[in-house]
Amino acid sequence: MDNEKIDQIVDKYHGEPSYLIQVLLDIQSEHHWLPKEALERVAEKLNVPMTRVQHIATFYKAFSLVPKGRHEIHICLGTACHVRGAPRVLDTVQELIGIKPGETDLDLKFSLQTVNCLGCCALGPVLEIDGKTHGKMAPAQMAEVLKNYE
Amino acid sequence: MARLQTPAELEELRKQILSTRDPNKPCITLCSGSACNASGSREVAAALEEEIAKQGLTTDVDIRKTGCHGYCERGPIIVIHPEKIAYFQIKPEDVPEIITETIQGKKVVERLLYTDPATDEKIVHEHDIPFYKNQERIVFGSNSSVDPKSIDDYLAIGGYSALAKALSAMTPEGVLQEVKKANLRGRGGGGFPAGVKWEGTRNAADPIKYVIVNADEGDPGAYMDRSLLEGNPHAVLEGLTIGAYAVGAHEGYIYVRQEYPLAVENVFTAIRQAEEHGLLGENILGTGFNFKVIIHQGAGAFVCGESTALMTALEGRAGEPRPKYIRSNIVGLWGRPSVLNNVETWANVPLIINKGADWFTAIGTETSKGTKIFSLVGKITNTGLVEVPMGTPLRDIIFKIGGGIPGGKKFKAVQTGGPSGGCLPEELLDLPVGFDELTKAGSMMGSGGMIVMDEDTCMPDVARYFLEFLTDESCGKCVPCREGMRQMLKLLTNITKGKGKEGDIELLEQL
Repeated sequence: MDNEKIDQIVDKYHGEPSYLIQVLLDIQSEHHWLPKEALERVAEKLNVPMTRVQHIATFYKAFSLVPKGRHEIHICLGTACHVRGAPRVLDTVQELIGIKPGETDLDLKFSLQTVNCLGCCALGPVLEIDGKTHGKMAPAQMAEVLKNYE
Repeated sequence: MARLQTPAELEELRKQILSTRDPNKPCITLCSGSACNASGSREVAAALEEEIAKQGLTTDVDIRKTGCHGYCERGPIIVIHPEKIAYFQIKPEDVPEIITETIQGKKVVERLLYTDPATDEKIVHEHDIPFYKNQERIVFGSNSSVDPKSIDDYLAIGGYSALAKALSAMTPEGVLQEVKKANLRGRGGGGFPAGVKWEGTRNAADPIKYVIVNADEGDPGAYMDRSLLEGNPHAVLEGLTIGAYAVGAHEGYIYVRQEYPLAVENVFTAIRQAEEHGLLGENILGTGFNFKVIIHQGAGAFVCGESTALMTALEGRAGEPRPKYIRSNIVGLWGRPSVLNNVETWANVPLIINKGADWFTAIGTETSKGTKIFSLVGKITNTGLVEVPMGTPLRDIIFKIGGGIPGGKKFKAVQTGGPSGGCLPEELLDLPVGFDELTKAGSMMGSGGMIVMDEDTCMPDVARYFLEFLTDESCGKCVPCREGMRQMLKLLTNITKGKGKEGDIELLEQL
């Protein structure tokens, strides 16, 4: 991520330090993770201490300090999905791609994360891959769904 | 669009919009909320547009992509006006038949109708279906008739008339008294009377005040706020602006979860449209009142749904709550008096102003007025969002509206109030829902999630699940929460794995 892009994002929020979280969210969604250099640039541009930037980047779940895979899998473990069998879906996915929640595989193909509610409870168990929602998932379907991602 | 200069101009515009709309012209409304989108609503929309063009009907039929209708179990849903024929679980390949038969031939396609499981009869109209028939959708009802991206649709159903009334015919004090009299209690969970909260802010000495919408819907299993923001963002904006006028604020914030991209997008659009129409910004409707709204996206932290934590997040810091010796309506965002209410609470405000506190207090129980939207999820036949008057017994919600437990299984418990709430067993099913009634029964109203569990659900496992959730989401500021729950989780995990020891249960009770 080059500094020019970061500066653009910071300027969008008029360099206001209170927009720190929004700036980091924009970088995260553009770049999929927050490299150390990007954090340093943000700290400098917004004129806030690096410790505070790091505090924010580690406190909120949306941020990642390590590179992400090409496809991001979010498995919903909200209450409604939980009672409808989401933990078994999670187990199957972990087995299929060989990583645990919070991890990315070595080929940078998949990143796996669990979330607490996607708000699509009628379709539980739900998972989201690259923003596309897959509803009413059964463990047996997972291999078929994941096959579509390269 | 030139900015509207007076309330009269708003009414003129409304008349003009209505005059271009023929109520007898066929209009297909298609639910385009997140859940229906996930079930393929976008593909259905594309098929509808294509087929209508193919049959040469582009000027004869309107398509309206609305927000969530609430009956998410059966999505995608389409309703054909003016007859109000409702079709469920529509696939793109059903579309040609619908256009040929229903739009051209005025005939009903039997196989797409709802079948009443009790009588096996087909039901043609949306309002006759048991799921809808037993609800009272005063807040949520408009969702199915407006396109959230169209301010004209909202104006056509009387939108912003409450704001015009408040600004031109009422004093801020009058608006405040009306909301106070209506005894509108916070829909986010606490049930604190909104009027009292507003009054504190209004009377605070600081001249700069803020109003905030809490749309950081964090309780798993609750999604009514998302559906309201997605489906009817103008109603929330109108309520917020009225609140700002009542307390004397000129700046408002909407804090919305970044996990809800469609809600963020629709609110952005709504703010832009309202500004263009002179319903937000400087000198609203020529009354001299200024108000601007800023959107902040939440970055994923359950604790930020708590009011003081949310305010620290708005300031661009880590969202940790602070002790509430002084209420945030006196010292809140940037140390200024701030009114923070939940999405659903704000959406109730225009109704109260338009119809009056007496109308509002006629609905509900002694201490809980109006309606409440619940999200009915888990092991239930009709998953979806339901709006009922306060005081409706749980049994009616779960069995009459929700259609009971699927697969002939037995009901075990219903969990209300989110992870910090509680589970209510069979013998408490006749309990009327209300803030105080649920608290007395050991649970709470919370934001309105209702997760139904059947005989297969293991209660210790559910308890362990919530502890795991709360341990993970604890911001770590206070010791009892940070350390206590970790120990409780350890004990309970052992129990659910069959490794419990004698004395564990007693120790849990102590904790």
